[in-house]
Amino acid sequence: MRQLQEQKASKEQNNNNASNNHSLVTMLHQIQETYNYLPENVLRELAKEKNIPLVDLYRVATFYSLFSLTPKGKHKILTCTGTACHVRGSEKVTEEISRVLGIQPGETTEDGEYSLEAVNCLGACALAPLVVVDEQYHANMTPAQIGALFNGVRKSTCQDKESSHCHCSSVAVGSKEKS
Amino acid sequence: MLEMTLNGLEIQVEPGTTLLEAANFYGIEIPTLCYDAGLSPIGACRLCLVEIGSPDRSRLVSACTFPAQKGLEIRTHSKRVINARKLLIEMYLATCPSSKTIQDLASKHHVTRVRFKQKHDDCILCGLCVRICEEQMQAKAIEFIGRGHELRISTFFDKKSEDCRHCGACMYICPVCQARCQGPQEKDAVCNACLNLEPPCLEEFEDAMCYMDPCVACEQGHEPRKGCSQRKEGS
Amino acid sequence: MPSLQSRINTAADLFRLQETLQQRASSNNRYIAVCGDTGCSAWGSKSVKDVFRDCLEQKGLAGQVGMKFTGCLGLCESGPVVIICPEQIFYQKVQEEDVEEIIDKTVTRGEIIPRLLYQDVLSGETYTYMNEIPFYQKQKRLLMGNNLKIDPNSIEDYLALGGYSATARALTEMTPLEIIDEVKFSKLRGRGGAGFSAGDKWKECYDAVSDRKYIICNADEGDPGAFMDRSLLEGNPHSVLEGLIIGGFAVGAREGMIYVRAEYPTAVVKIKHALHQAEELGLLGENIFGSGFDFQVSISIGAGAFVSGETSALIASIEGRAGEPRQKPPRLAQRGLWGRPTVVNNVESLANIPVILREGEEYRRTGTDKSRGTKIFSLVGKVVNTGLVEVPLGITIREIIEDIGGGIKGGRSFKAVQTGGPSGGCLPEHLLDTPTDFEELNAVGSMMGSGGMIVMDDETCMVDVARYFLRFLQDESCGKCFSCREGINRLLEIIDDIVHGLGTPGHIDLLRELSVVVKDSTLCGLGQTSANPVLSTLQYFEEEYRAHIKDKKCPAGVCKALIHFSIDLEKCTGCGVCKKKCPEEAISGEKKEIHEIDPERCSKCGICLDTCTFDAVLKC
Ligand SMILES: Cc1cc2nc3c(=O)[nH]c(=O)nc-3n(C[C@H](O)[C@H](O)[C@H](O)COP(=O)(O)O)c2cc1C
Ligand code: SF4
Ligand code: SF4
Ligand code: FES
Ligand code: FES
Ligand code: FES
Repeated sequence: MRQLQEQKASKEQNNNNASNNHSLVTMLHQIQETYNYLPENVLRELAKEKNIPLVDLYRVATFYSLFSLTPKGKHKILTCTGTACHVRGSEKVTEEISRVLGIQPGETTEDGEYSLEAVNCLGACALAPLVVVDEQYHANMTPAQIGALFNGVRKSTCQDKESSHCHCSSVAVGSKEKS
Repeated sequence: MLEMTLNGLEIQVEPGTTLLEAANFYGIEIPTLCYDAGLSPIGACRLCLVEIGSPDRSRLVSACTFPAQKGLEIRTHSKRVINARKLLIEMYLATCPSSKTIQDLASKHHVTRVRFKQKHDDCILCGLCVRICEEQMQAKAIEFIGRGHELRISTFFDKKSEDCRHCGACMYICPVCQARCQGPQEKDAVCNACLNLEPPCLEEFEDAMCYMDPCVACEQGHEPRKGCSQRKEGS
Repeated sequence: MPSLQSRINTAADLFRLQETLQQRASSNNRYIAVCGDTGCSAWGSKSVKDVFRDCLEQKGLAGQVGMKFTGCLGLCESGPVVIICPEQIFYQKVQEEDVEEIIDKTVTRGEIIPRLLYQDVLSGETYTYMNEIPFYQKQKRLLMGNNLKIDPNSIEDYLALGGYSATARALTEMTPLEIIDEVKFSKLRGRGGAGFSAGDKWKECYDAVSDRKYIICNADEGDPGAFMDRSLLEGNPHSVLEGLIIGGFAVGAREGMIYVRAEYPTAVVKIKHALHQAEELGLLGENIFGSGFDFQVSISIGAGAFVSGETSALIASIEGRAGEPRQKPPRLAQRGLWGRPTVVNNVESLANIPVILREGEEYRRTGTDKSRGTKIFSLVGKVVNTGLVEVPLGITIREIIEDIGGGIKGGRSFKAVQTGGPSGGCLPEHLLDTPTDFEELNAVGSMMGSGGMIVMDDETCMVDVARYFLRFLQDESCGKCFSCREGINRLLEIIDDIVHGLGTPGHIDLLRELSVVVKDSTLCGLGQTSANPVLSTLQYFEEEYRAHIKDKKCPAGVCKALIHFSIDLEKCTGCGVCKKKCPEEAISGEKKEIHEIDPERCSKCGICLDTCTFDAVLKC
């Protein structure tokens, strides 16, 4: 048994040292950056090139939640479900976003426009509940504001992309559109 | 040689032995589900728990992965261990009731009730198949995929694997699908038919076939339940 | 700006450079600090800063008045925070429109703008200077205090404050064992959760014999609701770097690594920049300070897995595998990264190191007997002043919530405080006087953890909180141990039944029994603490569980299956706002007439409750 373990350990090390400083996680990050997800054929090529068993790639790609095996939408929506956001009502906010977009966290709308991602803490807990749309932070969200927020995104009212300042909370609440 | 105390007994083992190997060597039986002598241990099933350390500062560890250490105090059948083991088996039974291995474990450890909702999973994620495929067959066609409650065993992109050698080793070693038991149905996970002295044939047996015919319970002269093929109508 | 191209070869070089920079800093000490951390950025501080810069330029003041875009200044709730130095006039919620006025009045004429001052909600009192504000008064900002004086992109700012003196002292005047002894003597305990003595950990790695050793800075910060590690890295990266270099020297590692979670892209950029600056000055690389000690630092990025914050899992992740914990022993000091002796330290622990070596006396006077120094908490949830607070260890939780935090938001009443993240517990009112100390918190069923402190009011359901953490852990467990994976599933299954009104009296005992077994039978810290949220809520709020089970009521009005919305006939004015906003079209009624909610269609989202201005929507 001891032998087996040592054998396995040394094999693991060889595998890893072979792929030297660029660890598999880093390589997958690079692929995802290029393709916006991890396409199967690219993973196959990587496996061949680096001499890594295919299932190992799949194992790592599915273990970490930031890797995606399907293409992501044009607009990325993050809703924080961290503890601070949760106690200030993020669950209802997330449900409302899901309802408006018709997708669950982790999914992308059929037209490829929006992806919704539930994340655990964005590190700005003082502004809970937090929703981030295309890297713009929207603080102190409530379900009632979601309609207005997405009308805004649709009509891209938040035009001045330069300013990360969120105006949505001052937008008059009262979405006329019902989806 | 390392000296340790095993259930109060002074023992000596070679460095590098695991606690499970040590216990087995000294004839103490510890239940396991994910251990196989020919494969590297991963400590997944947690059934081989033993208590280590002095009673006031003890903790439970998996014997199959824990290395022997000088002066270690080990208890394999303390109350704490038994309680944990029994509850784990109860959970196993609620999760994969149709495994003969698990039914046998349950009856052997006197687990006679299940307080959790019954599921019918067909994998306990012991990883034996993954290891036999990699370590013995050198194929590496399957792996653990995903994590947490979505962990599962699968191939690359869940497709037919080019690396699979069709050796059947994974099926051979799987404790859940081998000798699939036909016993319990929806309402109750506990069967224990094969070893228990309780009447085995559950109400819901209907047209399912009993694994042993006649089963131990019948031989012991217990009254077969309704639906059992051995039951004489009218009795 | 004078170039800093010349390499620092000796400690004397460093001191000379520090002196030049110090002089420069004190000769033009008038500057405007705009908080640039995530909290304030989300409030729009970036454009505020740009407007400041342009405005100064226009008015021809750019030469006399400096600008710093700093790390978190603490009071994130009131962002964007702007502080006029050297007086430290504290302005909050500063908007672009306010900039010109600030420059004209405050910067040039020293006039205060009352509208922008911090006002205490309870007393109504306003405060002009940063240090007067009650939020800062009880704090002891050994680690965060310098944020105000440092632009994280500028190593000059850090050097001007005496930065890297600790490294110089360690490398040129001390032996590794002397450093370890000093750290031990300071009683620094790991800030990553377990509270293990940092000195002892270093000693173990120092004693290990190997051709190579590693030191890793754990910046995975997975605890949802805590962000002090991110703030330290983004606000004062060189202090962490110093800790890493000194640690490397002490344990005999010549390679350091910073493992950052991928959710913190800004932190990665800032550290990279800091590494680059340190390398250029020769503070990293070969023969640092001519001591013969070589040290390299690289960055490794996670990919979204809480469990990868556990040390052995973190190493698996750096090595490129799935971040699963492994059986210890063998301990990391025997067998860590690439099989070599390794020590893993939390960001905040490392940031303490230069303070200990520089201000050891002061440091040892702070904190309790068993654990010295300060701890940064992220004070969030239903409290008035949310933000990062740094307090001496041993201060009571009540002092943090009431004196620093300013009490509960919106005049509601306190119910519980959750510390220790997903591994911690919820403490009720009568335990508020518990000191922030590793042992004391453990004794009452919670944990120090990494420093999240989430305040909950009477609108928070404790069963729901337990459910929340179980759901988190269900996703985040690696899933290898049956008892962790299935145990959490089953705990959640029972709690789900309870919040859906399907609970039975036996459930409470079963939850307890199962929790104990899950704690006992899992491999790593995640599993071993996963039942804490259940156990601690059961211990202090069993009544609330019983209300769900027996009366089928959720006293806090959170659990959807147990609450109902209706409209108060007396109060409804028939304005129709709720009808218009209801996403399920469940509300009917003509204008000016009493409206009604159809319970069949109502999805209990609560939008009507939020929108009704007459308080006519009832939740029960
Ligand atoms: C599931 C789990 C997650 C953890 N996550 C973190 C983390 O995000 N950051 C951290 O510093 N420590 C984390 N820890 C604690 C580390 O294992 C380790 O104790 C710590 O990094 C050691 O540093 P310290 O001694 O300086 O505290 C985690 C532990 C567990 C069990
Ligand atoms: S398929 Fe069988 S052998 Fe493989 S992990 Fe599941 S239970 Fe174990
Ligand atoms: S206790 Fe949970 S998270 Fe830790 S190793 Fe086991 S399954 Fe993984
Ligand atoms: S919990 Fe939402 S940002 Fe931290
Ligand atoms: S046999 Fe040891 S954990 Fe499964
Ligand atoms: S982010 Fe600005 S004060 Fe914390």
